[in-house]
Amino acid sequence: MNAQRRMERQQRRTAWIFLFPLLLTLVAVAIWPLARSVFFSFTDAYLDAPSDYGFVGFENFVTVAEDPVFWGAVRNTLVFTLVSVALETFLGLAIALLLHRAFLGRGIVRAAILIPWAMPMVVSARIWEWMLNDQFGLINKLLVTLGVVEKGIAWTADPSLILGTVIFIDVWVTTPFMVLLILAGLQLIPEEIYEAADVSGVPHWKRFWSITLPLATPAIGVAILFRTLDALRMFDLSYVLAANNENTMTMSIYARDQLISFQDLGLGAAASTWVFMIIGLIAIVIVGLLRLDRATD
Amino acid sequence: MTASAAATRRYSNATYRTLRRLKTAGLYAGVAAVLLYMLFPYYWAIVSSTKTGQALYQFTLMPALDFSNYRQLFNNPVFMGALVNSGVVALVSTAISLVIGILAAYALGRLHFPPGRIVLIAVLMISVFPQVVVLSGMFEVIGWLGLYNRPSALIVSYLILTLPFTTWILTSFIRDLPRELEEAALVDGCSRLRILTHVLLPLMGPAIASTGLLSFILAWNEFLFALTFILTDENRTVPVAIGLLTGSSRYEYPFGQIMAASVTVTLPLLVLVLIFQRRIVAGLTSGAVKG
Repeated sequence: MNAQRRMERQQRRTAWIFLFPLLLTLVAVAIWPLARSVFFSFTDAYLDAPSDYGFVGFENFVTVAEDPVFWGAVRNTLVFTLVSVALETFLGLAIALLLHRAFLGRGIVRAAILIPWAMPMVVSARIWEWMLNDQFGLINKLLVTLGVVEKGIAWTADPSLILGTVIFIDVWVTTPFMVLLILAGLQLIPEEIYEAADVSGVPHWKRFWSITLPLATPAIGVAILFRTLDALRMFDLSYVLAANNENTMTMSIYARDQLISFQDLGLGAAASTWVFMIIGLIAIVIVGLLRLDRATD
Repeated sequence: MTASAAATRRYSNATYRTLRRLKTAGLYAGVAAVLLYMLFPYYWAIVSSTKTGQALYQFTLMPALDFSNYRQLFNNPVFMGALVNSGVVALVSTAISLVIGILAAYALGRLHFPPGRIVLIAVLMISVFPQVVVLSGMFEVIGWLGLYNRPSALIVSYLILTLPFTTWILTSFIRDLPRELEEAALVDGCSRLRILTHVLLPLMGPAIASTGLLSFILAWNEFLFALTFILTDENRTVPVAIGLLTGSSRYEYPFGQIMAASVTVTLPLLVLVLIFQRRIVAGLTSGAVKG
């Protein structure tokens, strides 16, 4: 008994030693910077002289909350997240179901669809920008040739189209990730269930609704959670395609603008703290929904 | 005879064969459509990168095999410098994350350590932080370390992306290794560090390869920190170099060059992804589906 307790104590000491580099690094690059961001949000500091500040209470938070540009960015981010994650989930599920079947070259196809996901987002943005170019783009050329439109459409310049274009590109980039996670979920479903369903003559559509979908739900849920949190912090795609265009500005772009472009450390920190709180709230809601789902099973 | 058996006899054998063939044809058509959707844009980038002048605006599907865009790109010291920066930054931050992550994963996955759960949850939470939230504080840390406008600033700041990720995946991997392996060594009085380096590490090769590769991709593709902490062109990474590339006017966009740069940046990743595809899929899903 005593020996076991001694061993446990020894293990705990060893664990602390092994964890020390991790904890030290995370404090330096995550916890401390986060704490400082929150701290600066209560000050009137500027980026060029961060040590020269006074406390202003919640003033920065109020200023951000009263800025219609911020709420525009919040709206853009929410629309972007909702629409693109929904499309990715449907498309991801459809492609995963297709690739789950046995066919020649399945391994190669699964590897090949990773390509859009592995590319830097900037590169994807540039490639689509080129394909969607109003004068020389392949897509417009195709549409004109087919007689769908008379003149090329300015997909990345027209204010009413640009958010849709951003969503379209994001769906292309991140669908492979969805496909992989959902495929992994599908592979966990035991074959015997399908065999049993076959024997009792359950029709295909019903097999999907009452076997595949419920059993794949945990995997789909986790995939949706990851993608949602990722989409909510989106920065690069909008920035490269449209920089500060208010029609596609995301919360992250707004916060960085205050901080870097306008050098307003206090305001930028308050904006990013708002972003943190909004995303945290959404994360809690989604995790709650997933738990609820699991509890009712 | 059950009802289902009666139901399956509804059609003649010939009809069944036709139906089956149609189904197979549909499957392959679907797969072809998926491949076209996923791969064509990259193919079009390759095609466009080998065209210059008027040819760029022709819609021929075959590459023109004119490599002057690439020659220009490789003779451009700023782009080549960015390529080297990206490589060094991604490699070093991945290496650091792997070393720290392996040590931590052993403690979290194997040792009796009750606070480990809290550490794991914290690690998971940090990995979903919106990056912009730590931007101002990170700015300060970079300033204190005197790394502002240096590629090493990115090595430090990328640890917030790569470290939680490697720790999480390696922990779930170590938990799956059979415990019996170490017990003999433990009885022999081996130290924990020796067990990790001599017993577990040799078995972790595949996991380390896949985790390292994913972390490399993460660091190679990062944009926000690279845009913010680097001021001058010669210290930039390639995503930012491509992101900031613009022509002298909207209509003089050097698309051929941009496509050549895009293909060049992506090629190393694609080769790695295709070689290690099985491991990548395993790495991506092990953390997510099990956890």
